[in-house]
Amino acid sequence: MSLEAFRERILERRPLRIRGGGSKDFYGGPLAGEPLDVSAYRGIVSYEPSELVVTARAGTPLAELTAVLAERGQWLAFEPPTFRGPATLGGAMAAGLSGPGRASHGALRDFVLGAKLMDGEGRVLTFGGQVMKNVAGFDVSRLLAGSLGTLGLILEASIKVLPLPVAQATLRFQLAQGRALETMNLWAGRPLPITAAAWDDQGLMVRLAGAEAAVRDACGTLGGVRVPDGDAASHWTALRDQGHPFFAGEAPLWRLSLPSTAPPLDLPGDVLIEWGGAQRWLRGDLDATLLRDAARRAGGHATLFRGGNRTAGVFTPLPAPLATVHRRLKAAFDPHGVFNPGRLLPDL
Amino acid sequence: MTVREHSPERDPDFQGTSPESLLAELRALLPPASLVTDEELLRPYECDGLSAYRRLPLAVALPEDEAQVVAVLAACHRAGIPVVPRGAGTGLSAGSMPHPQGILLSLAKLNRILHLDPLARVAVVQTGVRNLAISEAALPHGLYYAPDPSSQIACTIGGNVAENAGGVHCLKYGLTVHNVLRLRIVTIEGDILELGSQALDAPGLDLLALFIGSEGLLGVVTEVTVRLIPRPRTAQCLMASFDDVRKAGEAVAAVIAAGSIPAGLEMMDRGVTAAVEPFVHAGYDLDAAAILLCEADGTAQEVAEEIARMRAVLERGGATGIRVSRDEAERIRFWAGRKAAFPSAGRISPDYYCMDGTIPRKRLGDMLTAIAAMEVTYGLRCINVFHAGDGNLHPLILYDANVAGQLERTEAFGAEILRLSVALGGTITGEHGVGFEKLDAMCGQFLPDELKVFHGIKRAFDPQGLLNPVKAIPSLHRCAEMGRMRVHQGNLPFPELERL
Repeated sequence: MSLEAFRERILERRPLRIRGGGSKDFYGGPLAGEPLDVSAYRGIVSYEPSELVVTARAGTPLAELTAVLAERGQWLAFEPPTFRGPATLGGAMAAGLSGPGRASHGALRDFVLGAKLMDGEGRVLTFGGQVMKNVAGFDVSRLLAGSLGTLGLILEASIKVLPLPVAQATLRFQLAQGRALETMNLWAGRPLPITAAAWDDQGLMVRLAGAEAAVRDACGTLGGVRVPDGDAASHWTALRDQGHPFFAGEAPLWRLSLPSTAPPLDLPGDVLIEWGGAQRWLRGDLDATLLRDAARRAGGHATLFRGGNRTAGVFTPLPAPLATVHRRLKAAFDPHGVFNPGRLLPDL
Repeated sequence: MTVREHSPERDPDFQGTSPESLLAELRALLPPASLVTDEELLRPYECDGLSAYRRLPLAVALPEDEAQVVAVLAACHRAGIPVVPRGAGTGLSAGSMPHPQGILLSLAKLNRILHLDPLARVAVVQTGVRNLAISEAALPHGLYYAPDPSSQIACTIGGNVAENAGGVHCLKYGLTVHNVLRLRIVTIEGDILELGSQALDAPGLDLLALFIGSEGLLGVVTEVTVRLIPRPRTAQCLMASFDDVRKAGEAVAAVIAAGSIPAGLEMMDRGVTAAVEPFVHAGYDLDAAAILLCEADGTAQEVAEEIARMRAVLERGGATGIRVSRDEAERIRFWAGRKAAFPSAGRISPDYYCMDGTIPRKRLGDMLTAIAAMEVTYGLRCINVFHAGDGNLHPLILYDANVAGQLERTEAFGAEILRLSVALGGTITGEHGVGFEKLDAMCGQFLPDELKVFHGIKRAFDPQGLLNPVKAIPSLHRCAEMGRMRVHQGNLPFPELERL
C-alpha cells in the first residue's frame, strides 16, 4: 500500500483498526474499526552497523529485521515478542512490549531514536532521528512506543541496535518464589553481567551475557547448574513469545507490573515471574478489582493481557487529571478519532 | 563582556495582567525568604549557564515544599502570569532565562533525598537534589546514578529531567530518560500527576518519556524516582593519538563497528589539548592532531579483554600512539583534561560559545573539515571536543565580545554548524536543549506540521501557554518570519535578538 492509499483511508474519517502481522490482535481493548493493513509497507530503509541504528518501514517482519542484524553481529536487545506470529516492527513499536532482558537492557522505548507517522489529517510527520542523542522538540517517537496505534499510523521507525554478546550462559537454581525474588534483587545490585532472571515452578533461571571472562567469572561466583546452551536459548525464546507451558490453554492471562522487590502476592492462580521480579504473570479467572487493588498496593498495576472478559477495560484505569491529558493529546494527533478507538483506553 | 538585555521589550501575549495583585497573593502564600522582588537580589537569576541572554523576572519564588509549588502555580494560572522553572541554573541554552512579566520558580529548596532502597536499587529524591549527591548517597551500597553531565556537581535532577541530560558515559549507560522510573509533577493548573511508577512501566501513554526533555514547558517536577546501578568493579582508559582528525573520526566508527560499546569514547582536537595541558598536565600528546579517550569498565578480566580489542582496532585505524592508564590515578588524569575543556577555553579566550549538535559518527571527519573552513570564513578560532561515541559535538568558538562584531560573527558561525548538523543527518541539540538560544534553528529542523503537533502537546498540559513561554518550540509565525528573511537576505545568521 502506498502513502497516498493510507491517506485516502484516513481522510474518510471512519474508525480504522491498524494491523501489521496480526500477532497481537489479542492485546489491548476490543478491536474496532475497519482493518487498515500495513504489512505491505515494508523493508529496511537504512542500516549502518557502525552507527548502531536501523531504520525500517512499519510492515517489516521482525524475523527479517533480526536476520539482517544477525548477519552483522547485532540485535534488538529489547527482544520484542513475536508471539510465534508474523510480528512486524510497526506492531512491536505500537505495543511497546519487551522481552526477558527488559530489566537490564531496557524496554523497546529506550531504543527508539526516531519515527515517521501519518496523523489523523493524513500528514506525514517525522520526529527524532537516527542519532543517539537528540533533544530537539518533544520526544514524540518514544511517546508512540506503546501507544497501541492510537496517535497515528506509524510508518517508519529508527531503532538503536547493539552488538550481540560475545558469550552467554544460563544457570538454574532450585529456589522457592520468595527466596528467588530476594536473590534476583540482591544479584541485580552487584556488578554481575546478568541480562535476564525469571522464576517458574521449576526454579530460578539466570542469564549471563557479555565478555567471555565476565561470563566465566560470574558462573563461578553464582554457582547453580549450567543449562545446556540450546535448552537455554529455547527457554528464553519461549518466555519471550509465550510458548512456555505456563502460557498454554485458554485461562485468562494477567500481567502484573510491580516493583521488583514486591513480596509474593497472596493471590490465587499460577505464577511466573520475569524481569528480576518486576513482571509477574498470573493465570486464572481472577477478580479484576482484587488484582488491581493488590497491584496498586504493591506499587504497580495489573493488565488483563490475554483472554478473559475484555469489555470492562483491560488496562488499569487512569486518575482523572491524567485521563484529561490523554484526551487532549489524542485530539492533537487524531482530532477525528480515526485510529484504533478503544484499544488503549475505553474512551480514547 | 557585553550582553544582550531582553528586559525592555514586553511580550504582547501577557499584556493586561496585573502583577501587583499576584505578588500580594504570593506574599501571603510563601514564607518571607521565599519571595524575591528586590532588583539587586533578582540579578543572580537573570540568566542560566548561557550568560549572553539575560532578563530580569518580575519576582523569584522559592517554594519550600510541593504544596507551595502547587499554590504558586495555581495563583499564576489564575492571574495569567507566565512561570519559568529553574533548577541550579547550569543550563546552556537559556532554557531558564526569566520572562520579564513572569515569575521565576526556583526549585532549589526542594533538595532532600527522601528514600534510598539499595535492594530495589532506586532513590526517591526531591527535584532540587544535585545529580552528584544521588551517587554520593548511593556509594555505600555499591550503587550510583549513571547520567553524569559535566555540571553534575551543581546541576539538579529536576533540571536533568527537563533537558534529558547525558554525560560522557551515556553510550553505554543511557541518558536521563533511560534512568528515571517515575516523576511527580505539578501542572500549571495545579494538578499533581504521577508519570511512570516504581514498576518498569505504567498504564496509558508513556508520558514519562514525553516529559523527559520537555524543557519546563509541560509541568514542574517536584519528585523523581531514579534507577541506581551497580558500580563497575574497575575501569581503564586508553588514549590514542592521531595525526589527522578524519582518521580519528573513522577510528571511532571502527571501534563501534567491531562490537565494542565503550563506557566512554571522547575526542579532542589539538586546539583543546593545547588549551588544557598547561593547566591539567594530563600527559596529552600535543603533537597529535586529535586524541581519543576510550574507557572500558567491568571486571578486571572483562576490562583487559575490551581494552585489547579496542587497541587492535585503533592500531589498524592508524593511531600514531596508544597509552593505557596504568592505575586509577592516571585514568583520572586522562579524564581531568577532558573535564577541563570548557574552563580551559575560558582561560585562553575572553569568551567562548559552546555548540551542541549531534551527527552520525561516520560524518565526524566531514564536520571537522567544514568547521576548519568556517574558521577562515568567520575569522574566529574553534576548538573541538566531542562525545564521539554518540556523535555529539561540542565545538567551542572562541571570541571576544568586547570586539565589535565578534559576537554576531560567532552566532553566525554557530548557526552554520547547526545547519550542517541537520544536513549531515543529525540534530541541532544533543543534550543542551533548545531553550531560548536555538529557537530559530528549530525552524530548520522541523516542518510547520510537526511544530503544530508540538504546540498541540504543549496545550495538552498547559492550554494557556503560561509555562516557560517562548522557549524550546518556536511559533509558526517566528519560523515564517525566518523563512521570509532568508529569502530576502540570503544566508541570514541567527538574527533573533534584533527582531524580538
